[in-house]
Amino acid sequence: MTPSPPGLDARRLTHLRQLEAESIHILREVAAELERPVMLYSIGKDSSVMVRLAQKAFAPGPLPFPLLHIDTTWKFRAMYEFRDRFCADHGLRLLVHQNRRGVADGVNPFDHGSNKYTQIMKTHALLEALREGGYDAAFGGARRDEERSRAKERIYSFRDQFGQWDPKNQRPELWNLYNGKVKRGESIRAFPLSNWTELDVWQYVWLEDIPIVPLYFAAPRPVVERDGALIMVDDDRMRLRPGEVPRTEVVRFRTLGCYPLSGAIRSEATTLPAIIQEMLLARHSERQGRLIDHDEEGSMEVKKREGYF
Amino acid sequence: MAARDHDRASPAVAVDDEALLRGDVEAYLRRHEQKELLRLVVIGSVDDGKSTLIGRLLHDTASVYEDQLSAVKRASARGATRGDGSAAEVDFSLFTDGLRAEREQGITIDVAYRYFATATRKFIIADTPGHVQYTRNMATGASTANVAVILIDARLGVLAQTRRHAYLASLLGIPHLVVCVNKMDLVAWDPAVFARIADEIGAFAGRLGIPDVTCLPVSALRGDQIVTHGDAAPWYDGPTLLEHLERVPLDADRNLDELRFPVQYVVRPSLDYRGFAGQLASGVVRVGDEVVALPSGRRTTVAAIDTYDGALTEAFAPMSVTLRLADEIDVSRGDMIVHAGRAPLASQRLDAMLVWLSERPMDPDRSYLLKHTSRLVRADVVGVVGVIDPEDLAPRPAPHLSLNDIGRVTLRAHQPLFCDPYAHNRATGSFILIDSLTHDTVGAGMIVAGGVPTAAAAAGPRAQVSAAERRARLDQVGAVITVGGAAADAARGRAYLVERVLFDHGRIAAVVDAAAAAAVAAAGVLAIVVAADGDGGVAAARLDDERVTGDDDEALARAVLGALERAGKLGATEPFD
Repeated sequence: MTPSPPGLDARRLTHLRQLEAESIHILREVAAELERPVMLYSIGKDSSVMVRLAQKAFAPGPLPFPLLHIDTTWKFRAMYEFRDRFCADHGLRLLVHQNRRGVADGVNPFDHGSNKYTQIMKTHALLEALREGGYDAAFGGARRDEERSRAKERIYSFRDQFGQWDPKNQRPELWNLYNGKVKRGESIRAFPLSNWTELDVWQYVWLEDIPIVPLYFAAPRPVVERDGALIMVDDDRMRLRPGEVPRTEVVRFRTLGCYPLSGAIRSEATTLPAIIQEMLLARHSERQGRLIDHDEEGSMEVKKREGYF
Repeated sequence: MAARDHDRASPAVAVDDEALLRGDVEAYLRRHEQKELLRLVVIGSVDDGKSTLIGRLLHDTASVYEDQLSAVKRASARGATRGDGSAAEVDFSLFTDGLRAEREQGITIDVAYRYFATATRKFIIADTPGHVQYTRNMATGASTANVAVILIDARLGVLAQTRRHAYLASLLGIPHLVVCVNKMDLVAWDPAVFARIADEIGAFAGRLGIPDVTCLPVSALRGDQIVTHGDAAPWYDGPTLLEHLERVPLDADRNLDELRFPVQYVVRPSLDYRGFAGQLASGVVRVGDEVVALPSGRRTTVAAIDTYDGALTEAFAPMSVTLRLADEIDVSRGDMIVHAGRAPLASQRLDAMLVWLSERPMDPDRSYLLKHTSRLVRADVVGVVGVIDPEDLAPRPAPHLSLNDIGRVTLRAHQPLFCDPYAHNRATGSFILIDSLTHDTVGAGMIVAGGVPTAAAAAGPRAQVSAAERRARLDQVGAVITVGGAAADAARGRAYLVERVLFDHGRIAAVVDAAAAAAVAAAGVLAIVVAADGDGGVAAARLDDERVTGDDDEALARAVLGALERAGKLGATEPFD
């Protein structure tokens, strides 16, 4: 055999294609080894990418698991519209779960504070949905570059029967040999996008022409400035403080969640390349726009111990 | 030395790159799509300045966000983490310290992954703590790395710990080693100090057989020779750490020779479609290739290579694809598709280097779950050949492995594995052991060889368990029972029935490969071997030289039990005559 056969250089994957191949491997391992997987679908760009990777993993077949949306009932209207159209267009099986008691008790981000609200409407709702569905694996779109405590997250993140994460009791992960053995009641969270960065995700969205919620693009939107953040007045449930008058500004969102807790940024970026350009030139950490992290340093670690993603 | 301006603009985003980003962003994106991925593991102890080096790489490649930077600046000012009054400067190690417990203890206790990119490559750093007790974490970080970066404190030189780190890098099969001689500012950038350390570690790495070793003089704290050259060492004209990382050739490390396609998942959306999904562990596959499915050994050809984006004529490692085969043969998860004539070793007996990851020591009398590619099987520990002494890296005899031990072991899998030596193929040469009770991942193995017992094992220390002791424990002595039949399936079914009956009578019996029978019997087990060319259709078996028959399979099984009794194989002690 010649030392360097022709075409060898062509047999090289770019970093995006290598990440893609590794993510597909993870999706297939979980689907093969665990009994009842489900994919958490948050409607954001990372979820869109994760769904595309799952379509690639099981093509030409359908996804061998449903999508699960934990609905706090306070998402942007544009997110609900996108979710329903996206799932219909792609023939995806979507389950929606709300914390019914939280809804009945009128839990909202205004009266209960972002911490307590998130705990009830997201963390509790998630654990409830996973328990009721009997799921032993839940895919999430989290990335290790998002926040410091996530840098040590495993690809298979092991949770006890209460859905809790013990940072000191995680299984070592070597090579691409994942340990998917769980006992009854225990579960794993699987993160196929662990090694992707924010730029990787945006580049993949651009490369693959993946649909995303229009809120990522700049447009005139009604906002108020509150505690240093631009909050969009998305519906009439928004409680305005004395002196707050919504005004129209050209803004977009770097990260999507519950509208009263998602800070917008002033931006003119109306195309994907413009968004990426803005991101690279600004270099502001992604979660900064998400108000729930501001409460205390290391707060994400606290939330994760309790079962939040 | 005067404090530098740590907030300078990033030199890693090349000027033309930044101009491109500001101007033609689509051209910028197309350029950045062509990046390669490089994984590196950084190994060193807390005091070697490892966190500072990684923080420096992230900061100087503009991979630290503004708000992280301001948080770290606040923490640096508040914590005064260094006692030399320099707390007003940015403490670069704070970029990488993750979990709360670690921040409180001031040490890193788990593997963390960091990301940065330059114009040509995306890097994933596995940041591993370097204490002697954390071999587990180093092995984890090293398992996927292309490059190992080891730090040496210039004032201390090559320590036993440095040699352990280099040994681990070689054990985990990392082809490129970069040794950063750090804190050069504290030895006044003395070229003789650097040369002495470089010679010593170079010679040691050569003995380990690491193919590519590079030494760099650096100061992570000052930022010299990490991303920018600085002006501290005019005598050094080599690359900076980042320049070197951007140039390390990766093509030669990939194994594109032997096709190894472990089947992960069978895609069967309709009756007309049956595809075998997996990620190529190594090699290249083309449509029309003649392939063999293991373990069945059935030959067929590749009919199609399917992906979501369309069919391909060729796929290569590490692509994830779905293969369709020309013939309807039985293939399921855990099987492996390889090229005809280029099959891996199919073996139940494995000679391997094993890193023990669990606080609960290895129990040689227990069986473990073994995951190799997409195959999960049970495996027994046959023996521990030796454990590596962390001081001089020489093997010493030991009865078992404890947390962070590295040892050479012999394992017996209950089903054959399709493996290659780890040195040839990191994907098909590696495995993990899982505790079947706790489900913890307890061992990480690298296959040295499969098949026959090694000379080292045969010539090693004598066994300490006698045949009489085994007999007393097992209430029997081992024997080989050969069960025949006209067809392979009939004989195998008969063998399993004999196994069942013996088991139900409290005996320890197992259907095994002929090659393994003697070893299994020597261990005190009744080894049942299938011989398809036996006594035609007659229900017959052979125990030593005695031929045993029965009217049907049930009767045969009972006859075997009687023959064992007569031959004195049963009971805790040798029977009197």
